Amino acid sequence: MPLIKNGARLQDPWFAVATEEELDRSGPMLVPLALWQEHRDRLVDRVGPIGIRLASHESPAAIAGDLERFDLVALEFPKFTDGRAFSYARLLRERHGFTGEIRAVGHVLRDQIAFLLRCGFDAFDLDERAAAGWQAATGAFSAWYQPAADADAPIPARRRYAVPARASVAVIRSEPVQPPAPEPAACAANWAY
Amino acid sequence: MYRYDEFDHTFVTQRVAQFREQVARRIAGELTEDEFKPLRLMNGLYLQLHAYMLRVAIPYGTLSSRQLRQLGYIARRYDRGYGHFTTRQNIQFNWPTLKDVPDILADLAAVEMHAIQTSGNCIRNTTADATAGVAADEVADSRIYCEIIRQWSTLHPEFSFLPRKFKIAVTGSGRDRAVTAAHDIGLRLKLDADGNPGFEVLVGGGQGRTPILAVTIREFLPERHLLSYLEAILRVYNQLGRRDNIYKARIKILVRETGRDEFARLVEEEWAHIRDGELRLPDGEIERIQAYFAPPAYQALDDACPELAVQRAGNRAFDAWVGSNVEAHKRPGYAVVTISLKPHGGIPGDASAEQMEAVADLADRYGFGEIRVTYKQNLLLPDIRKGDLFALWQGLVAAGLATANAHRVTDIIACPGLDYCNLANARAIPVAQAISERFADPERERAIGNVTVNISGCINACAHHHVANIGILGVDKKGKEFYQVTLGGAADENAAIGDIVGPAFDEDRIADAVETVVDVYLAERRGADEPFIDTYRRIGLKPFKEKLYAAH
Amino acid sequence: MPNTAITANRLADGFVIYLTADGGWSESLADAAVATSDDELEGLQAVAERAARAGTVIAPYAFDVETDAGRPLPRGRREILRTLGPSVRTDLGYQAARS
Repeated sequence: MPLIKNGARLQDPWFAVATEEELDRSGPMLVPLALWQEHRDRLVDRVGPIGIRLASHESPAAIAGDLERFDLVALEFPKFTDGRAFSYARLLRERHGFTGEIRAVGHVLRDQIAFLLRCGFDAFDLDERAAAGWQAATGAFSAWYQPAADADAPIPARRRYAVPARASVAVIRSEPVQPPAPEPAACAANWAY
Repeated sequence: MYRYDEFDHTFVTQRVAQFREQVARRIAGELTEDEFKPLRLMNGLYLQLHAYMLRVAIPYGTLSSRQLRQLGYIARRYDRGYGHFTTRQNIQFNWPTLKDVPDILADLAAVEMHAIQTSGNCIRNTTADATAGVAADEVADSRIYCEIIRQWSTLHPEFSFLPRKFKIAVTGSGRDRAVTAAHDIGLRLKLDADGNPGFEVLVGGGQGRTPILAVTIREFLPERHLLSYLEAILRVYNQLGRRDNIYKARIKILVRETGRDEFARLVEEEWAHIRDGELRLPDGEIERIQAYFAPPAYQALDDACPELAVQRAGNRAFDAWVGSNVEAHKRPGYAVVTISLKPHGGIPGDASAEQMEAVADLADRYGFGEIRVTYKQNLLLPDIRKGDLFALWQGLVAAGLATANAHRVTDIIACPGLDYCNLANARAIPVAQAISERFADPERERAIGNVTVNISGCINACAHHHVANIGILGVDKKGKEFYQVTLGGAADENAAIGDIVGPAFDEDRIADAVETVVDVYLAERRGADEPFIDTYRRIGLKPFKEKLYAAH
Repeated sequence: MPNTAITANRLADGFVIYLTADGGWSESLADAAVATSDDELEGLQAVAERAARAGTVIAPYAFDVETDAGRPLPRGRREILRTLGPSVRTDLGYQAARS
């Protein structure tokens, strides 16, 4: 399945570990939570990037203390209707300040991509059809109503600070436009609802 | 009324374009039904027994005359000339074709309407008391908060794939006219000691096969924290709600299994992180929305209206209609009018295109062009001058909409049942019709007084039979329709779940059974002032049960 | 095995349709192919599943029918209503559309 990160197709550099034996490999390694917990002492000394893979019933709270050790958190969708990882991704970004890659793996529909991006996912394991529809899926809306983990100002903030929607030229009020802050987290704080 | 600004217009237009593209992909075979289903559901499009059904959101039940006229146009242009109003203040069209739906959504967008989130496991259309803004006992106008919730919940990226559907209701006073106790979240407006508005927050109400009344997890939530608190509740539910069993996936089960105190603690813990974040409503935001709901240009009138007394004295039918369908308004000289969509023997909640247009015209002529849809599947004109009541009534008579039965025994809530619905086990509408015909005598109906009768065609309880004074549930027994009766439910501030009386009645005996229940009440009540529910609470199930099963 | 026919809803308008002997679909149960053996039923189901995968019909399923002089009739309230339309709006159901 194609990997899409920040909108571009990539070769996946990560090796998905399934068994204990594979933990001795070198290179970027994606480890399921159970293996991480069992072999944590050994893995913390490892050279090379580590990612963690969480099943949909495994909350990121379980690894909150170790987050700085990970370059990647992969959140599983056993089926597209299981929406727990939407909350997990927001908590990783907004609560725990995780700045590495958050990847959606499993069964994800093209029509969910825009929501996933808003919740803080930046990488996707997608089937070909979903990958082909990326453009349409991410460009359908020019502004959203509620704040989330993305850097875009939501509609209430745009109203207050007269930021037009991307596809819109309307200026609702005449207050000066606030310059967007550089960091997503800081930016989010500026866009008081 | 709320009016879309540029952002709202752009958003809804883009939503229509998105769905148009999704429908095209489905018709072209690029999407399977399994993939398309969640997409169409989130745009209110069901597949029912005979055809597609489109459920259109009427946010907090408020319509302009222009919008109602457009609903009539859609009924005629794309459907079969009628629509069905629901307990959740929405309207359903029963016969749209798939390729027409994007055009219908575009026609809705043209009058600032949509079908977003009228189905699916997401936050549904927020409901309010139908008399918001005009009720004499109101603490604050629930529509303001409903509109704020509507915007926040619309295509919420985190809460569009919840364990199950999620319903929020807001009531504006201590008298609960929005059935808040039967919702996933119920919000009751109240004032703190300094007179600032806020909410009592209830969670975990619901019906279905496990009826549970909501419990209070916060006695007072200041209004500025409305959205952050809702987000905290939803976030706890999205992570912890059960996903292994569709019948245990509603928040009511989570609250019950977790316990009220522990659930409240989890919410408060989450809320502590976000309460002063972006979702905190800034100064001016509530006032900005409130301005949309400013009172219309009322005239200074005397509350007494001598001509009304003369008109009532001169016309018995009008007098009866005023007695049942007209309620007090907070402004002197004005009244709140219920337009019954329950003609005796008719289909509860159905209105023809012509009737929608007639009501729109009457609203323009006599009532500032505003219409409400009520929980009871009726329409309501919120601002009618008492001196105009007679002329309005004559207009309603001409449109076949002057049935004098609001809150009476024939003001029946019924789901579409097996006549339309894919999930139903039994028909609901014919039972409603039979009961309605049985009690069609206006004198008798008036003598019986106010009583709620709700009929659901399956255990999903769309007609809220659990919280009806007389609840009826259709079940299937070996291919035959049977109807189980519950008594003593209530949907107001003293909400209660009804008690099952005993074995179910067949199709031919259910109207008799209701009549028996009513007869027991009439024989037992302490005067005409004691409503059915009070008598029931005083004497209990036993006398009803004895009479109902006496012959067996 | 009871006599069995296959029904579904049509993608374009959601209307109730029945699988016919030539592999087509009809709005009338009278035109439906009736399976009288497991083999025949499997054959019909395979055709129906192909149509569902192709996207022209939705959610096909088999249901029991009575036969009157070889003509299939629906059994059970649900299937009776599906052949007729809503019992409370006979002026607007399939009956009306066909008259």
